Amino acid sequence: MIKNNRLSAEEYEKNFSDIHPPFDNETAAIVEANRCLFCYDAPCIKGCPTSIDIPKFIKQITTQNIKGSAHTIFVSNIFGAGCSKVCPVEKLCEGNCVYNLLEEKPIEIARLQRYSSEIAIANNWQMFERKPDNGKKVAIVGAGPAGLSCAHILSREGIAVTIFEKEEKAGGLMTYGIAAYKVTPEFCANEVDYITGIGGIHIEYEKSLGKDFTIGDLQKQYDAIFLGMGVGLARKLNIPGEELQGVEDAIRFIYQLRSNELASIAVGDRVAVIGMGMTAIDAATQAKRLGAKEVTMIYRRTQQEMPCTQHEMDIALLDGCEIIWLAAPKEIIGVAGKVTGLICSKMKLGDPDASGRRSPVDTGETFTLSVDMVIKAAGQMPFEDIVAQNNVQHNNGRIRIDNAGATNLQGVYAGGDAVNGGKEVVDAVQAGKDAAASIIQYLELA
Amino acid sequence: MADISSQFLGIKSPNPFWLASAPPTDKKINVLRAFEAGWGGVVWKTLGSQVKNVSSRYSAVNYGGHRVMGFNNIELISDRPLDINLKEITECIKLFPDRAMVVSLMADNDKKSWHELIKKVEDTGAHGFELNFGCPHGMTERGMGAAVGQDPEIAAMVVEWVMEAATIPVITKLTPNVHSVVPTSKAVAKAGSNGLSLINTIQSITGVDLDTLVPNPYVAGKSVYGGYCGPAVKPIALKMLTSIAQNPETGKLPISGIGGVSTWKDAVEFLLLGASNVQVCTAAMTHGFRIIEDMCEGLNNWMDEKGFKILEDFIGKSVPTITHWEDLDINYHHIANINQDKCIHCGLCYIACEDTSHQSISLEHGKPYNIYTIKEEECVGCNLCQLVCPVNDCITMVEQRVAPEYINWVEWQKRGLPLNDH
Repeated sequence: MIKNNRLSAEEYEKNFSDIHPPFDNETAAIVEANRCLFCYDAPCIKGCPTSIDIPKFIKQITTQNIKGSAHTIFVSNIFGAGCSKVCPVEKLCEGNCVYNLLEEKPIEIARLQRYSSEIAIANNWQMFERKPDNGKKVAIVGAGPAGLSCAHILSREGIAVTIFEKEEKAGGLMTYGIAAYKVTPEFCANEVDYITGIGGIHIEYEKSLGKDFTIGDLQKQYDAIFLGMGVGLARKLNIPGEELQGVEDAIRFIYQLRSNELASIAVGDRVAVIGMGMTAIDAATQAKRLGAKEVTMIYRRTQQEMPCTQHEMDIALLDGCEIIWLAAPKEIIGVAGKVTGLICSKMKLGDPDASGRRSPVDTGETFTLSVDMVIKAAGQMPFEDIVAQNNVQHNNGRIRIDNAGATNLQGVYAGGDAVNGGKEVVDAVQAGKDAAASIIQYLELA
Repeated sequence: MADISSQFLGIKSPNPFWLASAPPTDKKINVLRAFEAGWGGVVWKTLGSQVKNVSSRYSAVNYGGHRVMGFNNIELISDRPLDINLKEITECIKLFPDRAMVVSLMADNDKKSWHELIKKVEDTGAHGFELNFGCPHGMTERGMGAAVGQDPEIAAMVVEWVMEAATIPVITKLTPNVHSVVPTSKAVAKAGSNGLSLINTIQSITGVDLDTLVPNPYVAGKSVYGGYCGPAVKPIALKMLTSIAQNPETGKLPISGIGGVSTWKDAVEFLLLGASNVQVCTAAMTHGFRIIEDMCEGLNNWMDEKGFKILEDFIGKSVPTITHWEDLDINYHHIANINQDKCIHCGLCYIACEDTSHQSISLEHGKPYNIYTIKEEECVGCNLCQLVCPVNDCITMVEQRVAPEYINWVEWQKRGLPLNDH
C-alpha cells in the first residue's frame, strides 16, 4: 500500500539527517588538513571538473586563513559548499588522492571544503567585488548550478544578469533533485542567497521558457543568453502499465520530498527502483528511509557498468535496499488501476555499445516482482520540444554547442545538463563558468 | 640483551636517561613518580637563594600540526624553601638508592654562599652536583646563571670555589648563548670541574600572539626572553656537544648531553657524538614520564642489533666523522634515484628541485598522475628531493663517484682542477 506518515518524527529526523557530518570543530579540521601532503600539480585538482586548487585551500585551513581558503574554493567553484556535499568525490578529487596509492585513507577533501565554505556562507563573507555596471545585460534560463555559476561570473564582470526560473526557488537539482540527507532546503536557500549576494543578479521565478517567453523574446532585450535549464522528468520506460497508479518519476518523487514535510510523502510497502545512477540511489534510499519495507533496484547491466559509484551503492545496500543486476522492466501489472507487480526480463551482456559499455541483451526469460510502487530513474529527458520550438540545434533534445559553448543562435550559449543530458552538479558549474567566459568575450569585455 | 646501565663520574644509574634540572625534578612527588616510571636518575632543580616566580611561564612552537616542536620557559630556579628541598632529596635517595641523584646549584656570587650550599646538599647523600651556569633569564640579571657561563674567567673562579668544598663529583652545565661553548668549557675543565653538561636553554621568543600583539608567554601585557628547548634545539645541542667532544682539553671530561632528547634515537645520537649519558626534560613535560619505557627498550634493541654490549662500546663513535669542510672528498658524488614502484606522484620532489635547486627532475604530465624521473646528468646530489619525499625509501641517493681517489678542496686547488662543472 502506498501511504505517508509511516514513521515517528524522531525516525524521520534520524533517517534524513546529514549523511556526511561536518567537522565538529577547528581542531578536527586542522588535524585532517595537516595530513595533506600539498602535492604539486595535484592529482586531486585534476579530478575536479572545476579545478579547485585543493592543496592550497587545505593548506589555508592549517594556517587558519579560512577566508583565504574559502576564496580559493569559490574562485573556482561558487557552488563549492554544495559540491562538498553532493559530489561523488570518491570518483573525483578524493579518488585521485595520492594516499590511495599508499593504501591509506585519502584526505577528506569534501569535508574540508565544506568546513571553509560553510563558515564563509554562515558569515556571508562576500569575496568578490562587482566591477562597475557596464550596461550589458544577459538573460539566463534556469537558476540551477550552471545558470547561477554563469550568472556569478558575469555579474563580477559588471554585467546585469536576469535569470528566468520555472520553479519558485533557485538551485535547480541541488534544491529539488538530490537526496535530503545530502543537502537541506535551508542550506540550498542559503547557498543561493550567498551566490546572488554579489548583486547584479535578478531572478524571475516561475517563468518557463516555452510557456512564458521564447528565446526570441530574450534576444530582443538582452545582449546575450545562457541556456542552463537542465533536463526534465525521468525517461519513459515505454512498457505496458506505465500509467498505473504507483508508477512514480524519481525526479518528481525527490522533488516532492524536498519541497514538503517528510511525513506527508507517501511511499509503497514494496518499491522497485529502475536504474542504477545517482538519482536512482537517491530515490531508493529515500524510499527506504521514508519507511518502505522493501526496496529493490533493477538494473539491466552489471555492477561493472553501473553509473553510480561504489560508495553510493554501499549507502543503498547499508540502507537495506536489494539490487537485481541484469534485469530490465518489461511490464508493470496492476489491479484496479494500481501497481501490484513488475515483470522483468532477464538480461545478459552482449557487445559494447557506443558508450563502450557492454550492452544488455534480452534472454527471453522473465520474473515478476511483487511491488506496489515503481520509481523510474533510468535517466532524464531533455526538454526536446522547447529546444526545437526555439530553433536551437540539438541531439535528441540535448542542445548542441561548439567549443566556446555557443549554440547555433547568435549570442545564445548553453551548458550543464541541458547539453550533456545529465551529469554532476560540479560539471554544470564548470559549464556555467565556461559559457560565462565565452559571453564576456562575445560582449567584448575581456 | 645489551647492558644499558650507566656510570657517569662514578655515579651509577640503571640506564643513561636522567631527568634534567627543571620543573619535573622540583619536588619529591615528581621525582618519585619518575623513578617509579623507570628513569635512571635526576638532576634536582637548581637550589640557591629563595626566588619568586611569575604566573604564565611556558610557551611553545607548534609545527605542521604537531604540538611543542620547541618549548620555552621563563621559570627561575627552585622557588621552594631550601630546607624542604634538602629534606625531600634525602627521602628520594633513601627510597630509590639505585638511582642517580645529582643536585643543580646556583649560589649567590661569593665563595661563602657556594661553600655553605655545597655542605648542606652533601648532607643529603646526593651523588653529585651540577653547576647551573646556563639559566638565560631572571638569574642573569642578578649576575648568575648564564652571566657566569658566558664569561670563562668568572666561570673558572666559581668552579674553583666549588672544587675547594665539594667531595662529590661536579658537573658544569654550559650555556649555549655564546659564540662558542669551547672557551668556557676549557676554563672550567682547567679549574677542576669533573664533568660537563650541555646545553642549557637558548634565549628565545617563541612567537607573538596575533590578537594581543604581545609575545608569549604573556604576563600582564608583557613578556620576556625565555629559554628555548625541545626537539627544535637538538641539532644545535649536537653541534655544541661535538665541539666539546672533539676539543683535546675538554674531550677527556665526561659529558652529559642535553637538548631536545625525546626518543632513544635522539639519545643514541648524543652518545655517538660524545655524551656519556643524556638528560631529558621537554619530552617528559609533553608526554609524561612513561616515555622512558620506549627509550630503554629502543636503546636496548638497537644495541643488540648493532652488537654493542655496553654503552661504552659506542659512546663517541661518531665524533671523528665530523671533519673540516676542506677535508671533505670532492670526488664523492651521489645522485637521486626515484623508485617508481613506491612513488605516489605527489610532485614534492619535482617542485622543490625545480623552484629551489637544480632543475634535475623531469616531469611527464599524466592524468591524474605525473611521472617524475631524475635527470642524472643534472643532479648535484643535494638530497633535497629525498628530504621532502613523503614515502620511506622511495628516493634514495646512489653513489656515483667522479673518480676513485680521495681529493679535498686544498688539493683540488693546488692541482688547478676545474671549478665550474655545472
